[in-house]
Amino acid sequence: MFEAVAFYLFAFLTITMFIITVTTSQALYALTALAAGMIFISAFFFILGADFLGAIQIIVYTGAVMALYAFGMMFFDTTRSVKEKQGNKFIITGLSTLAAVLVVLIVAAPMVSDNIVAFYPAIDSMGNTQNVGLVLFTKYLVPFELAAVMLLVAMVAGIVLAGKKMDRSITLTNDAELEIEKNKKVLS
Amino acid sequence: MEIGLNHYLVLSTILFAIGLVGVMRRKNLLLLFFATEILLNAVNIAFAAISHYYGDMTGQMFAFFIIAVAASEVAVGLGLLIVWYKRHGSIDLDALTTMKG
Repeated sequence: MFEAVAFYLFAFLTITMFIITVTTSQALYALTALAAGMIFISAFFFILGADFLGAIQIIVYTGAVMALYAFGMMFFDTTRSVKEKQGNKFIITGLSTLAAVLVVLIVAAPMVSDNIVAFYPAIDSMGNTQNVGLVLFTKYLVPFELAAVMLLVAMVAGIVLAGKKMDRSITLTNDAELEIEKNKKVLS
Repeated sequence: MEIGLNHYLVLSTILFAIGLVGVMRRKNLLLLFFATEILLNAVNIAFAAISHYYGDMTGQMFAFFIIAVAASEVAVGLGLLIVWYKRHGSIDLDALTTMKG
């Protein structure tokens, strides 16, 4: 009973937040609504007994990803609205729904056929975190290491891409000054 | 009423559709990134639900790797977006159509 109430409450909240994210014209509202939606999604993980995944969801998404977006937004002039060209809304919504249903069917059809067995069954006597650790560090050790290397590469790429010319403000210098500096560089 | 696997799959479908609408409709590149996050999270819910209802840990493992991929995607994508904004002064998707080097 409580599970059903929690499920429907958080489903409503998550869908509302993500609709706000998709439809609002203010980037800041979209960011805030997305952060709230991420928190609400972690509630599903807690309902499903995946405690560790829920904690990771809160830490990584609202802690790291949203902070990264917030800092990234300081580089952009988000008050200047991007002109949205409105196409046919019904075609877009219909196509999206169709594609989403297809994706879920493709993923879920083999599950519903009922003849799959658990590959790495969860051991009931252990908690969720212990189960995760057991499977992650035995069966999925190589992907785990690869994910670590991938995160390192992404960090280096982010620093190299965003860190160029950090000493100069891109909004306060005007075009004439930039031209002069470029000419100086060519001459020297 | 008992909440089953189908409830979660339907929820995941709805969230995925919202994300796809965002990807197709928005012209602001930053909001396009937000829509991508919604897509990844919708899939994560489906993975966690399947993992729970079949008593298998594999779904949760894949959800972890999806979170790792999403985090690195944000780092690289936001870096590219900042470089693009410094060059062109806008994050409009339609301004991205030229391919002059």
